[in-house]
Amino acid sequence: MSPTESAITLTVNGSRRTVRVSPSTTLLEMVRTRLELTGSKECCAEGECGACTMILDGEPVNSCLVLAVETDGSEVTTIEGIGGAGMTPLQESFLTAGAIQCGFCIPGMVVAATALLERIPRPTESEVREGLSGNLCRCGGYSRISAAVMAVAGGNAAT
Amino acid sequence: MTGAGLGLSTPRVGGTDRVTGAQRFAADIAIEDVLHIALVHLDCGHAAIEEIHTSAATGIEGVVRVFTAEDFPNPVPRFGPRFADRPVIATGETKYHGEPLAAVVAVSKEAAADAAAAVRVEYKELPGVYSIDDALDPDSPLVMDPGLRTGDDPLADSNVRQRWDWGWGDVDSTEAELVIDEIYTFPMVTHFSIEPHTFAAAPEGGGVTVWSSIQHPYFLQGTLASLLDLPISKVRVHAPDPGGGFGGKGFPKYEPLVAMIALELGRPVRLVLTLEETFQAVRRTNARLQLRTGFARDGRLVFIDAIEDFMMGAYADIAPRVISKSSYFAAGPYKVESVRAVVRGLMSHTTPSTAFRGFGAPQMTWAIESQMDAAARALTIDPVEIRLLNLAGPGEEIVPGDRPADGDWRQALNIAAERVGWGEPLLPGHGRGISVGLKASATAGASYCILRILHDGSVSLIAGTSDMGQGARTILSQLVSENLGVPMERVTLVMGDTAVVPFDYSTSASRSTVFMGSAVVDACQKAIAELRGKTAVQHKVSVEDVVFTPGQISIDGAVYTLPEVLNDVFGAVPGEIIVTGSQRGEGDANHPLGGPASFYEVSCTASEVWVDFETGDFELVKHITVADVGKAINPQHVEMQDEGAAVMGLGHTLMEHLILDEHGRIVNLGALDYRIPTFKDMPATMESVLVENGDGPGPGGAKGSGEGGLLATSPAIAAALSQATGVVIKDLPLTPERVWEAMHGGDEGHEQ
Repeated sequence: MSPTESAITLTVNGSRRTVRVSPSTTLLEMVRTRLELTGSKECCAEGECGACTMILDGEPVNSCLVLAVETDGSEVTTIEGIGGAGMTPLQESFLTAGAIQCGFCIPGMVVAATALLERIPRPTESEVREGLSGNLCRCGGYSRISAAVMAVAGGNAAT
Repeated sequence: MTGAGLGLSTPRVGGTDRVTGAQRFAADIAIEDVLHIALVHLDCGHAAIEEIHTSAATGIEGVVRVFTAEDFPNPVPRFGPRFADRPVIATGETKYHGEPLAAVVAVSKEAAADAAAAVRVEYKELPGVYSIDDALDPDSPLVMDPGLRTGDDPLADSNVRQRWDWGWGDVDSTEAELVIDEIYTFPMVTHFSIEPHTFAAAPEGGGVTVWSSIQHPYFLQGTLASLLDLPISKVRVHAPDPGGGFGGKGFPKYEPLVAMIALELGRPVRLVLTLEETFQAVRRTNARLQLRTGFARDGRLVFIDAIEDFMMGAYADIAPRVISKSSYFAAGPYKVESVRAVVRGLMSHTTPSTAFRGFGAPQMTWAIESQMDAAARALTIDPVEIRLLNLAGPGEEIVPGDRPADGDWRQALNIAAERVGWGEPLLPGHGRGISVGLKASATAGASYCILRILHDGSVSLIAGTSDMGQGARTILSQLVSENLGVPMERVTLVMGDTAVVPFDYSTSASRSTVFMGSAVVDACQKAIAELRGKTAVQHKVSVEDVVFTPGQISIDGAVYTLPEVLNDVFGAVPGEIIVTGSQRGEGDANHPLGGPASFYEVSCTASEVWVDFETGDFELVKHITVADVGKAINPQHVEMQDEGAAVMGLGHTLMEHLILDEHGRIVNLGALDYRIPTFKDMPATMESVLVENGDGPGPGGAKGSGEGGLLATSPAIAAALSQATGVVIKDLPLTPERVWEAMHGGDEGHEQ
């Protein structure tokens, strides 16, 4: 352990975790390497692609831009914390809508869309496109991703 | 869930893991005691390396070692899919912005990155070849050491790496009523897979194990075996499903460097490129296409006389194949009396270009189709009509003596026209365009698989295709399920490990459904034959009396399920049916491309735009793609792919281009500065339509698909823009600035 490391305690996906991190460790790096939760992805590492999206104290964030030390005492939800034992209707909707191609952007999309629906339970399609515009998908699955979100918006989930 | 017949849109196999974050990509795989590599590069395109000072870097805590060319055999080993011209690490000079000249190994990513920044390089920037004009200028420096060329190459003293002369008929004596003579350019664009390229290696069992986000693990295995002088069996490549490939992850890039470092250190190492480094590692071949196209008064295409220059980059990679294979089809999907094409593949001090979805065809299509529109305007013929007049009908040749048209392409065009509302009145500021693109598929190659029917009747299929988003696992599972009558959820695919999975030539050229799909059908048929044979012996009847229908066997009216049959034939000691399947395309050594294409991938795009005359910005009101796919084994998957290709096509049409400065540096490195399509760039309406006439060589008459949607994007949108504004733009991308300047009489010029 480096002398500059410090211990932080936070809640990740409902579990309290204490982790020692260096001042420059990002939330993404900590979650992926220290907590071994690799569902959150790294692409641009500068907050431009959304692949690393997590929910930090209720707000979606690019976890590559958040320093781990800043999250002391915070509550973090990663893709692994979405849905618990089964999948959420949103996740099911991604599957049925054909919204998943390579899948690398999908964890970030799901987390961002989950946060979006919490903020705006009945979004218009343009609100979905606006709300997810910080999440890039190079497979070009945007239409189906937005259809997947719209299908469950406002409790539209097929039951 | 049961039933996965051909033509059913069963959900994505592997989708659940992708939507829950459980899917492990190359960077997610835990490797014990792994060290981290960071690369060192220079801030210019072309430089002589004079001295590399590593002491400050090695002094940083956690740094294990800094590797430079001196740490590798002399001369530094070279490799490449067409020519062995790319060194494992830069030696003597760097030839493109981002070429690694040192690799720092450390216990953490942070330490490696800090140390890479602390490596001090004395270098002298050299004049560089950064454009097509530079490459053709006899006074420019030579990018490639002439000594690396083989034989007595007459082009050795130039930056032309290779030249092709295609043609037929006699252009000079072909009479034309109208000749359109124009120059089109297609920019450098980068693949931008959301998963950055990831490589790792570890010594294992007297050889090496490598992890890579690669599309063609067997090609990598062969490259490493040859470079490291190891038997192929001592090189194991783990190829987890790539997080997007699009051709950029096809051929080896930095795996040889990583493998050699692992062997030298005797420890596992990993290199994950930054997004900026991926921009510097892979790109599409940019092009300048000068076409003189002759037409008869009735719109008949009579000749094409072309000079086509493609800028390959600092090392050839697979670009010569990209160029030759696309330019050979000089008239795309059209019949034409005579063609003369001079095609040059140029070396430059830029990122080596490589395969990229469409494999040269989007570049060719941009020029060929824009010429069709120019002719339609000049001859006042409807753009749909001029295309219908010239498109090859089923069985008609597009290159004399070569594989004829294998689809009803006019049908596809008519559907696109109908869906976009062709001929209906347009609102002010609106315009429509339509276009056709053709890409030739694989000319040769082989795919093998192993199919095991386990003693409970479930199936394990071991197949080497890379599932990089196209849904190969789904399609291959459906083929097993359909042929054997085993429910999808009882079929498991094993992929991505060359130690276990048999050879597959590549995951490229939209070949997997046709090649690996046929291999899987072959395996299923062999398994059925074996089941029938064993059952006949068990029941003491002749094989002809044993009737297989998917999921069951019947003998003289008595019906047995698969598990019953297996239990029956193996008795108390469990066993399994193990068969192999294969599909080989041998090619033809006398064919200019090594063989005719196994099928053509043809796509029609029709687009309606609305242009904001104030700003030059425009919106896509409607964007239709029609793909001639033979048979869609999973229609939803095919549509997803086709829509995705269309969106990728919007990228190079509307916004994407790598911009170089006078030092050969890419100035727009990074997601925001480069910009790819986002949710907000989506057309208001986007549709994908499939034409299924069962006329392909794959299972159920399938052709490959998934690239088509971007082939004809640019000319369709540019034509729509022309109709709306009256201006014609011949350079991509169609940025608002470029459109505005063209509309206001500015000199649109030809950027290179």
